[in-house]
Amino acid sequence: MYVSPVREPLINGEKSYKDITDDVIAPIHSKPGKFWYLGIGISSTVMLFGFAMIAYSIWFGIGTWGVNRTIGWGWSITNFVWWVGIGHAGTFISAILLLFRQKWRTSINRAAEAMTIIAVMCAGLFPLIHMGRLPLGFFIFPYPNTRELWVNFNSPLLWDVFAISTYLLVSLLFWYMGLLPDLGTIRDRMKTVWKKKAYNFLSFGWKGSARHWHRHESMSLILAGLAAPLVLSVHTIVSFDFATSVIPGWHTTIFPPYFVSGAVFSGFAMVLTLMIVTRKALNLEKYITVGHIESMNKVIIATGSVVGIAYITELFMAWYSGVEYERYAFVNRALGPYAWAYWIMMTCNVISPQLLWIKKLRRSVGFTFVLSIFINIGMWFERFVIVVTSLSRDYLPSSWTMYKPTWVEVAIFLGTFGLFFTLFFLFIRVFPVIAIAEVKSIARSSAKKFIGKSVRNDQPEKH
Amino acid sequence: MSEENKYWHILDEFEPVEDARTKETLDVPVDASSRRNFLKLLGLGTASAELIASCKRPVEKAIPYFIKPEEISPGKAAYYASSYFNQNEFSSVLVKVRDNRPIKLEPNPKSVINPSGTSGKVQASVLDVYNVNRFNHPTKSGEKIDWATADQEIVTQLRELANQGDNIILVTPTIISPSTQKLIAEFCTEFNAEWQVYDAIAMDGYREANRRVYGNAVLPEYHFDKAECIVSIGCDFLGTWLSPVEFSAQYAKRRDLRKGTHDLNRHYQVEAGMSLTGSNADIRIRADKNEYGRVVTYIYNHLAAKNGLPFIESKPPTAELAENLSGLLSDLVENKGKALVVCGDNNPEYQVIVNGINQMLKSNGTTITWNNNYNHFQGTEKSIDTILKENIGAIVLWDVNPVYNHPSADKVKAAIEKAKLSVTLSSLPDETSDLCDYVLPSPSFMESWDDAEYKKGVVSVLQPTLHKLFDVRQAQETLLSWLGNDTVWREYIKNNWLANYYLLQTTTLDKDRFWVNVVRSGEFVYDVKSTLLTYNFDEVKKALVTVSKEKVVDGFVIELVENINIGTGHGALNPWLQECPDPVTRIAWDNYASIAPSIARQMGIKNGDVIKVGALTIPAFVQPGQADHTVSVAVGYGRTIGIPKELVTGVNAYPLSLIQNGFRLNSVVGVSIEKTGEFEKLPLVQGHQSQEGRPLAREATLKEWKHDHHAGNEMHEVAEHHATSLYPGHEYKGHKWAMAIDLSKCTGCSACVLACNTENNIPVVGKKEVLAVHEMAWIRIDRYYSGEEDNPEVVRQPVMCQHCDNAPCENVCPVAATNHSSEGLNQMAYNRCIGTRYCNNNCPYKVRRFNWLDYTGADSIPNNRYDPANLTVDLSRMRHNPDVTVRAKGVIEKCSFCVQRIQEKKLNAKLEGRQLYDGELQSACQQACSLNAIVFGDVNNPESEVAQMMKDPRNYHLLEEIHTLPSVGYLTKIRNIS
Repeated sequence: MYVSPVREPLINGEKSYKDITDDVIAPIHSKPGKFWYLGIGISSTVMLFGFAMIAYSIWFGIGTWGVNRTIGWGWSITNFVWWVGIGHAGTFISAILLLFRQKWRTSINRAAEAMTIIAVMCAGLFPLIHMGRLPLGFFIFPYPNTRELWVNFNSPLLWDVFAISTYLLVSLLFWYMGLLPDLGTIRDRMKTVWKKKAYNFLSFGWKGSARHWHRHESMSLILAGLAAPLVLSVHTIVSFDFATSVIPGWHTTIFPPYFVSGAVFSGFAMVLTLMIVTRKALNLEKYITVGHIESMNKVIIATGSVVGIAYITELFMAWYSGVEYERYAFVNRALGPYAWAYWIMMTCNVISPQLLWIKKLRRSVGFTFVLSIFINIGMWFERFVIVVTSLSRDYLPSSWTMYKPTWVEVAIFLGTFGLFFTLFFLFIRVFPVIAIAEVKSIARSSAKKFIGKSVRNDQPEKH
Repeated sequence: MSEENKYWHILDEFEPVEDARTKETLDVPVDASSRRNFLKLLGLGTASAELIASCKRPVEKAIPYFIKPEEISPGKAAYYASSYFNQNEFSSVLVKVRDNRPIKLEPNPKSVINPSGTSGKVQASVLDVYNVNRFNHPTKSGEKIDWATADQEIVTQLRELANQGDNIILVTPTIISPSTQKLIAEFCTEFNAEWQVYDAIAMDGYREANRRVYGNAVLPEYHFDKAECIVSIGCDFLGTWLSPVEFSAQYAKRRDLRKGTHDLNRHYQVEAGMSLTGSNADIRIRADKNEYGRVVTYIYNHLAAKNGLPFIESKPPTAELAENLSGLLSDLVENKGKALVVCGDNNPEYQVIVNGINQMLKSNGTTITWNNNYNHFQGTEKSIDTILKENIGAIVLWDVNPVYNHPSADKVKAAIEKAKLSVTLSSLPDETSDLCDYVLPSPSFMESWDDAEYKKGVVSVLQPTLHKLFDVRQAQETLLSWLGNDTVWREYIKNNWLANYYLLQTTTLDKDRFWVNVVRSGEFVYDVKSTLLTYNFDEVKKALVTVSKEKVVDGFVIELVENINIGTGHGALNPWLQECPDPVTRIAWDNYASIAPSIARQMGIKNGDVIKVGALTIPAFVQPGQADHTVSVAVGYGRTIGIPKELVTGVNAYPLSLIQNGFRLNSVVGVSIEKTGEFEKLPLVQGHQSQEGRPLAREATLKEWKHDHHAGNEMHEVAEHHATSLYPGHEYKGHKWAMAIDLSKCTGCSACVLACNTENNIPVVGKKEVLAVHEMAWIRIDRYYSGEEDNPEVVRQPVMCQHCDNAPCENVCPVAATNHSSEGLNQMAYNRCIGTRYCNNNCPYKVRRFNWLDYTGADSIPNNRYDPANLTVDLSRMRHNPDVTVRAKGVIEKCSFCVQRIQEKKLNAKLEGRQLYDGELQSACQQACSLNAIVFGDVNNPESEVAQMMKDPRNYHLLEEIHTLPSVGYLTKIRNIS
């Protein structure tokens, strides 16, 4: 089989199958460096502090936050939507790009999925802790009870419960399903008995038999089929929290597509932020190439532009609707006391990604890293603008007020970063950051070693 | 404990087996080693240990009645007619008593003074009874003492001092109780004592002016309902002046387009600071406080010229002011005999001129009558002068606090300290009682017997509804004891009544029956002969000359005003009153210096900038409509003693007040304003002043309304026309509760807010939490300004839960904690609420309130209570309405349309086998509203008033264009401006 050199290789360097395994598994085999210890030390400390603040706010009440009579949701729901958005890239990459047969996804899907799961866990924390009576939070589940109480299926918040939990579950299964062959590979390479046993257990006794592969492949496809609509539905449902309300600035039919593209936008930005660091730290530059970064940047331009158009459409509709409350809400966003947040959002989300039309920038690792941070910030502010600015000035001017987070809210948000990075640091030590089996499956067609050469279609080399 | 049983078949067979065990064996547990027993004991032990350790049961204090008192049915309220009198505020009330605890005051519908409502202060006074700071036993120099010893020591000293010729002074506030007056007179004769009456805010200037002009030093009755044209010069008659609740009711009668005449009265207000009354005026004219004299002179001269009467040439007010006053003057001339001019300044010269004006307008006999004169506000400056001038032997201070509220407080303090004997007879510690040798605490009015003649010819009774909570004694009982009189105070009152009032009635001959009837109905009315007035024109002339010679002093004028809730300072001790925002500024928990926007801009002062104005260092508040050179500051703040630390707030402005010719003027001239550079955030509950052109509080002028009854409300038809839905609406087969609010009548007095607080156990959150925008009021009075900031028009709108038929809150609650009742109520199931606050976000009216912290102590997590006002201790908890759940931390609450009242009345009607009749059921806010601006009822009953109001062309719903279908309707505000 001859592999055309037209396409850029997805695996650089003369990497053989064995090299792939060696490179990816290296961090699991070797002892962690001091940066890893430093990283997990800091992030777990921040996480514990965040947890302490969660306990504090459950104990004393939501009054320890800056939310108030008029603005019932502040940082908590902003963070929730933001984290859920972050959690979109992984499943998008592994499910939707799988269905579209995008080969470049193989190098990044594992880490992105891990990120998704961790981000959804961080996100899921917020709707829980923002409740006034968390100990009674179980009321939200439709369980049979002697009091014949039932949940309100009209409430988008209830849909959220199902949407988020389903998404978390399917993402987790999908991710773990993908891990099985790699776990088997790691087990085979482990020298220590208990580690071998542990990985054997984790891999469910993966043997690599044809039957295993067959089941694995078909299950992956089924899960991909399940996960793909979930990618769209989760943020659609999160957007319903706002779209079905009566608050000007929330009550918008454009929200579902706008939220989904925004989520993919922010998710890809977060994947870039993480992967640019990870590929450097774990010496995976050959696998996560500039070409990968460029591909992701293209997704960012696409989704970023959708988001930009959505912002402008919102403005147009506010004017075109002729509803004075709606008009005021948008004038207030752009020119009101929270205008600074709006303009941060506009700059970061609409203007900055347009720079990616320039190929040089698109392929610049440093620029992409800075830009991805910008987008992360911008997308956080998007949610802040939607949640806080809309609430701060709604219908009756008598109730208008301002919101400022307290240090408790700030600490909880930082705590979720702590949680995110703690789990991510553990992840890169325990599981392969790149899906070994999947990368190998494209090696023959897309690795530099094979490109432009006629390769005998025989047995792959032993690894 | 062996399990082996021996069965016996016939009785003979049954013989008690003798215990074969010896003494020694008895001590050893039988079969202790049995496995089964061991397990049993282990189980029992573990279970009981767990029970004891884990479930700490609170001590139950409820003890059932052995013999049930006749009047008390558990779960049913009893009502007792009584009266409230405090700091010159009077109200005839019904005390609602549940399980021996008075929990609410309601207006006495049979009263001739204020049958339709009460003030907010009266509503909040329940909390005064359960104030944790009350004295609970008599003390001598801070040490506990028993009553007998105290009495003996004091009487001995009093007699000694009297014998030595030292003077004995009794200082009281105005006492309107005829029986107490008699008793005090007896006390004064016995001990050769002087009785001085001292009021924190005096109206002796009015009495003096009436003495000069009419030879009658009384406060006449005013009839605002009979005036076509009301001119008020700095007089806050709807808020704090003389008898505001009565005047509000009168005022509302002439603001009623549904029942009253279609010619509304026209109300002009000439004033410096924006008062509650001024904010309701049809035409408000801005004038500095030091221009009032010139304004009254100008009005007088103008009218005199028109009437061909002599007048004195005087400097007219500024050209601008003269122009503004022209409409007022022509209206006065036109409405001769149907006009009323009042002035809120205690300066007798001004009042003399106002008397002259009213004389020319022929107001006497129509809008002012001199029969049922007011008996309150009897205090004079002479009282404190006496204390300051003479060497005092003994001073007895009865519920007065001159050390706090007199301008020469330091001298008063020194005088009290120097007195050989000082005794205080008040129920709460204050700055004055702190100095006294003896503290002989008195109970609150709800634990006391008393009577009151607020207006001549209307005498009412106060009866106790609560057993004395502490080791306290009424001041009257103390005097009786000092006099060696064994009569029980209640009998003393009764005897006095039988001697004086029994003869004035013809309904019953039986003396006891007469007394019982009086106590039952609360009030007794007798005829008063009208007094002939002789008008003394010379006095008016003299006053005109004096006033025209008044010098104009450069600089700013500080105007001391009363906050409608805090009053003279008594309200500062009541957390409910502190937390109820001022209806004009919408600031709670603080006082501030109101300055004009133009001055603020000129000096670069923003809200909360601390300024030095005169002797005060106080945060500034930029008040639209404030006169340029007047700074208004509320008195009553800055209390330090007898008040928990958390409630200490504001600055004491009393030291500023000026005594001129023996009359207290609540203003200082010639002061300057300086910025200090400091900043203090003001607890402002409404930050935005404008409606932003939204049709929220709709209004029209009277002329427009007469032309088209839909004036100002054209939006309503459009909204009704477009109202459509894909979904079927609710069906209400029985009742459908609704409320209608007439914006033309609402003055914003906030009585409804306080009534709601009391009725619904709404927590107090304190200043810090108000600053964090965490206030909890279920009903709020929105206030919007329109027009120019120099002198804006004001509109008010009470907003509570609108009980929408298409409620945005209901469909977003994930656990269905808020839902719709079959009678149209939007209900909250507190138990079910998990506190997502989604409902609050989605409420367009923002009327839902969240329990941010454990304000009430109802939370299940320990040690997290947030209760700055000490309202969760056992004593304060006695105030709770047992029909309303006390909400826990983390749940949403809101107006329930007083569902507990609906339920109670429905059950009553059901028991009596009848339909509810309209008006039987009143919400707490409606009941307290003396203006009848709020009407509650069943719209399914087409006869009901609320159903009628809903059909009024003025009716609209707040935000009706978003199709929430509220059950609350508003009637447009109609202004009588040309």
